[in-house]
Amino acid sequence: MSEGVLREVTLALPMVPEMEIEASKTATAIAESIRMSPDRIDEVRMAVVEACINALEHSRSSDQEVFVTFQVLGDPDPEKLRIMVKDHGIGFSSSEVKEEPKGGPMGGKIKGPQKRGWGLKIIHGLMDEVEIHSGADGTTVVMSKMR
Amino acid sequence: MTETLNVTVDRRDGLAVIYTEGYINNQGGEEIAKVAYKLLEEGYKILLLNLAGTKIVNSIGISILIEIIEKMLEIDGKLGFCCLTPTIEKTFHIMGLAQYAPIYSDEASAVAQIRA
Repeated sequence: MSEGVLREVTLALPMVPEMEIEASKTATAIAESIRMSPDRIDEVRMAVVEACINALEHSRSSDQEVFVTFQVLGDPDPEKLRIMVKDHGIGFSSSEVKEEPKGGPMGGKIKGPQKRGWGLKIIHGLMDEVEIHSGADGTTVVMSKMR
Repeated sequence: MTETLNVTVDRRDGLAVIYTEGYINNQGGEEIAKVAYKLLEEGYKILLLNLAGTKIVNSIGISILIEIIEKMLEIDGKLGFCCLTPTIEKTFHIMGLAQYAPIYSDEASAVAQIRA
């Protein structure tokens, strides 16, 4: 199955509180435009919020911006929504992120260093495909959901 | 732009229902916690969070809800949730909340069952 990019939109979000909501509104509009079901749109919104919060809170990006690119993929009709959340921060390694506190959420506080891990766990749980690329020049979360 | 959370409370016999409307992020979670801890001081040990007016939450807000659950467990109280969107319910399961706080589909069944 071919996956050409039918449409692409990129937002450059300043690192100020609640910018994740702006990204989620754009995600909703684009997902609605390809007639994704409301429940699946809600899942996309939540995943976008978590990816943006991780970037806004943890990236320590020198340019103080987060870039969110939305791509509608398919040929000839829309089949998939791909979202890339990119920052130019310090990156992270998987060893820095605990997927789950010992004993589950009640076995340890999930504030502080656990937060990024929870965000990633939610993203994995809500989206069909997730890839994370992180290094010294920043982090990109690539996540997709079929229509 | 600010997505504020409105919180209201309905005090009943031995049970308080907390209604939320808006985004549960860090500020929203703190607002719910403030209300919940005030209710505990008033003697309410069974709390029901009705999230019908909330369509989006984030992991920081949920982490504060988990702190409230921990507090309720410490005092041998109960906290339940009702009227969640399918995505919020799925997220609560992903984060493990459902193991420690019951989730009900509607308020009437929640009120009937949470006292049991």
